[in-house]
Amino acid sequence: MSEPLLEAEGLRKSFSGVAALVDGRFRLRAGSVHALCGGNGAGKSTFLKILMGIHARDAGEVRLRGRPVAFSSPSEALAAGISIIEQELSPVPAMTVAENIYLGREPIGRFGRVDFENMNIAAAALLERLRFVLAPTDLMMDLSVAEVQLVEIAKALSYDSDVIIMDEPTSALGEHEADHLFQAISALKAEGKGIVYVSHRLSEIFDIADDYTVFRDGRFVEAGDLADVSKDRLVQLIVGRKLSEEFVKENVPRDEIALSVEGLASRNGVRDVAFEARRGEILGFYGLMGSGRTEIFERLFGLAHEHAGEIRIGGEKVMLRSPADAISAGLAFVTEDRKGSGLVLTEDVRANICLARLGALGFGPVMSRRREADAAERMIAMFDIKTASDRLGVVNLSGGNQQKVVLGKWFLTEPRILLLDEPTRGVDVGAKREIYRIMSDFAAAGGTVLLVSSEVDEVLGMADRVVVMRDGRMAGTISGADMNAQNLLHLAT
Amino acid sequence: MSSVVEKEREPVVGEKTKRRATSAAQRWGILIALVVVCVALSLLNEYFLTTRNILNVLRQTAINGILAIGLTFVILARGIDLSVGSVVALAGVVAASLATTSSTAMVAGGPYPVVLALAAGLLVGAAAGAVNGVVVARFSVPAFVATLGMLSIARGLTLLYVDGRPVPALTPEFRWIGTGDVLGVPMPVVIFGLVFLVSWWVLSQTRFGRHVYAAGGNPHAATVSGIDVTRIRLLVFVISGALAGLAGMMLAARTGSALPQAGVAYELDAIAAVVIGGTSLAGGVGRVTGTLIGALLIGVVNNGLDLMGVESYYQLVIKGMLIVAAVMLDQSRNKRE
Repeated sequence: MSEPLLEAEGLRKSFSGVAALVDGRFRLRAGSVHALCGGNGAGKSTFLKILMGIHARDAGEVRLRGRPVAFSSPSEALAAGISIIEQELSPVPAMTVAENIYLGREPIGRFGRVDFENMNIAAAALLERLRFVLAPTDLMMDLSVAEVQLVEIAKALSYDSDVIIMDEPTSALGEHEADHLFQAISALKAEGKGIVYVSHRLSEIFDIADDYTVFRDGRFVEAGDLADVSKDRLVQLIVGRKLSEEFVKENVPRDEIALSVEGLASRNGVRDVAFEARRGEILGFYGLMGSGRTEIFERLFGLAHEHAGEIRIGGEKVMLRSPADAISAGLAFVTEDRKGSGLVLTEDVRANICLARLGALGFGPVMSRRREADAAERMIAMFDIKTASDRLGVVNLSGGNQQKVVLGKWFLTEPRILLLDEPTRGVDVGAKREIYRIMSDFAAAGGTVLLVSSEVDEVLGMADRVVVMRDGRMAGTISGADMNAQNLLHLAT
Repeated sequence: MSSVVEKEREPVVGEKTKRRATSAAQRWGILIALVVVCVALSLLNEYFLTTRNILNVLRQTAINGILAIGLTFVILARGIDLSVGSVVALAGVVAASLATTSSTAMVAGGPYPVVLALAAGLLVGAAAGAVNGVVVARFSVPAFVATLGMLSIARGLTLLYVDGRPVPALTPEFRWIGTGDVLGVPMPVVIFGLVFLVSWWVLSQTRFGRHVYAAGGNPHAATVSGIDVTRIRLLVFVISGALAGLAGMMLAARTGSALPQAGVAYELDAIAAVVIGGTSLAGGVGRVTGTLIGALLIGVVNNGLDLMGVESYYQLVIKGMLIVAAVMLDQSRNKRE
C-alpha cells in the first residue's frame, strides 16, 4: 500500500483534566473519501481541531505525506495543504460571496487596491465548476443558511488543498444542493485529494465514502473499507451496541381531524396550502430548500406577517397571530435552527425547559423555584437528558441532548400538535432514534406531528403521509404504497 | 423512556464549560477587589472606616447605583441607555418646579404637595424611557442611537423648561429625600437599598425577570417560546427612565436646587458599574448584585482618592483605568481557560 496522505497516531487531549480524546488514530489515502464516524462526544471535533492546529495535542503524532507536522494555527494547516469546512458557519454578513471566499487573500491590483473584477471572475469560475447557483456579488446576509454553507464549501475548495476536512457539510443542505457537493467530491477524489468526511447521515457516508474510521468515547474503535461493512454493523460500532430498526414507528392515525388548513399563504410565494392532519398521525413535509416548508410552520405558529388562510384546530376556527396564541391553541414548534431560535444559550437547562410555560410555574407574576425545578426534573427524566444538573448551561450539552431540552420545553406546554422542523439535524444516531421514539409515542397517544425533513429516509420512515412542496405550492400528497423516494423527488423537482 | 445511548458521554469543550464558572469567579472576583480596596484604604487612612465616612460613601454611591440598576435591566435585555444623565436633569427640574417656594417658578400656585412633585418626576423619567422603548422596540432603531438622541432631546427640554436657570428654594419636605435620614441612615442610602432589593426580587424571582433574561439571551428563541419581546424591551427602558427620574429628584433634593446642567456624563459611571459588575453588554448574562458591587467599588475608589488628597483630574484617569482593567481581567481569564 502506498504511503498515506495523512496519518495520525495516539493523539491525546484533555481539557481541565478531563480526557476528550484518548487514542486518536487515522490513515487517509490520497484519492479517497474517508468517513470519520462517532456519536456526539466521541472525540471527532477534538481530533479535527488538533489536525487544524486549533488545539495543541497532549501526546501523539500527525504525519502529512510521511513527515511529522504540528500546526499551531489553522493558517499553518492551510499553508501545508489542509483545509476544513466547519460545521459552524462563520460568514462576514456585509460582504459579498466573492469577498468571503477570498477573505484575507484578496487579489491586489494597482496602488494596492483590491482587484474586485478578477476576484469576482475567479469566484464565478469556482462556483460554476462546483455547479453552485450563486452570484459572486450577492451579499452574504441576503443568503439562506444553505447558500451560506455552499459558500463555505466553495471557500474551502478554493485553497486547492490536498486534504479537505468536511465537518457535517450537508447539515443545512437539501438533497439537490447535496448532490452538487457529492459531484464536487467525486471530482476532487479523481484529482488525488484526500477527503475526511464527518456526517451523522449514514446513508450519505455509504453513498460517497471509501473508508471509515470509528471513534467512541474519545478512542479509536475500528477502521476499514466501507465495502466490507454493513450499515447495521457501522451503527453498532458508533453506538457501542446493537440497535434494532433505525426508525421507531408505532402510531396509527385515527379518524378524528386535529388540524385543517385552507388557503394558507405566507412569504416566499407560499400560496394555496391546504391539508388536514389527524390525531395519531405523523404528516411529513418534503421539498427542496426554499420550497416553503418552514414558512408554513411559521405561519401556523403566528410568526408570519401575513395572515391569509383559515386554520381549524379540532374543528374550531382559530386565529394564530402570535406564538402565544399558537401555544395556547396547543401547538409547539421545534425550529430548524436550534441555536438561533430554539435555545437561549446563555441560560441553563432549567431556564430553557421552563421558558414556554413560565405562566404556569409560579403564583401570578412570581416564579416558584420549586415548580420550575420539578418541571425541569420531570422533562430531564422523561427524555433522559444527559446533564450533570438542571443548573448546567445548555451550551455544555451535546447536540442530541440540546435537542431534547428543546423537546422538553415544548412537552411541558402539553401540546396537541407538534411542529418539528428538521428535528434530527446535527444529532447522532443514538439520539436520533430517541427522537423518533418520542415522535411515535406522542402520535400514538393521540397527538399530531407535522414533520419537515430534508432526509428522504426520515420522511419515508416516519410519516404516514407526505405533503410535497415545490416553489411555495403543494406539488402533491403521497401516502401508502406510493411513498417511495422516486415519487418524492419526482414531485419535488 | 429507556435510553438508547447509555454510553454517550458529555462532550468536553474547554471554553464553553468555563463560561458559567467564569461569571461566578468574576462576581466573586469583583467582591474580593472591593474588600481588598477597602482594607487597603482603611490601612492608609484611619478616617476611612468610620461610620460617618462609610455612610458618606454610600450616600455618594446612591445616585450612580440607582442609575446603574436601571441600566442593568436594559443591558440584560440587550439594550443600552445613554440618556439617563439627561433624564436626571429633566426629572429634577420638573419635580423641583412643583416643589419650590421661589416666586419665579414656571408653575404657578406652588409649592404643591411633595407627593405630587415626586410623582411628576417619576412620570417624566418613565415617559422619556417609554419614548426610548417605543423607538427601539417598535421602530427597530438601535438602542445606542435612540438613546443618544434622547440624551440630547432631554437636555434641550430641560434647558428650555427652566430657560437655562436653576430652580432654587425647594421645600423641606421635598429636600427630605436627599437630606433626611431613617434611624441615622441617610435617605438616599435607604432609597438605594430599597431599589436594589426590589430590582433583585424582580429579576430573580418573577416571570418578568425570566423574560428579561430570555429576551436578552436570545430574542428569537424567546419570541418562538411565546414571550412578547417587544413589550419586554419597552418595559426595561421605562424602568431605566423612571429610576433616572428618581435619581434626578434625589440629586436636586440633596443640593437644594435643581440645576439644568445636572447629570452630565452620569451614564458613563452607571454603565461602568454595570460592566464592572459582570453584566455582559451582549445581553442575557449578569446580576443586579454585581451592579451593586460595581457601583460600590467606583464609590469607594472615588472616596479613597478624595481622602488621600489626589487631585480630581487624576481621579478621572484612575477611574478610567479601573474600568478597563476590570474588563480586561475578565477577558484574559476567558481566553486562558
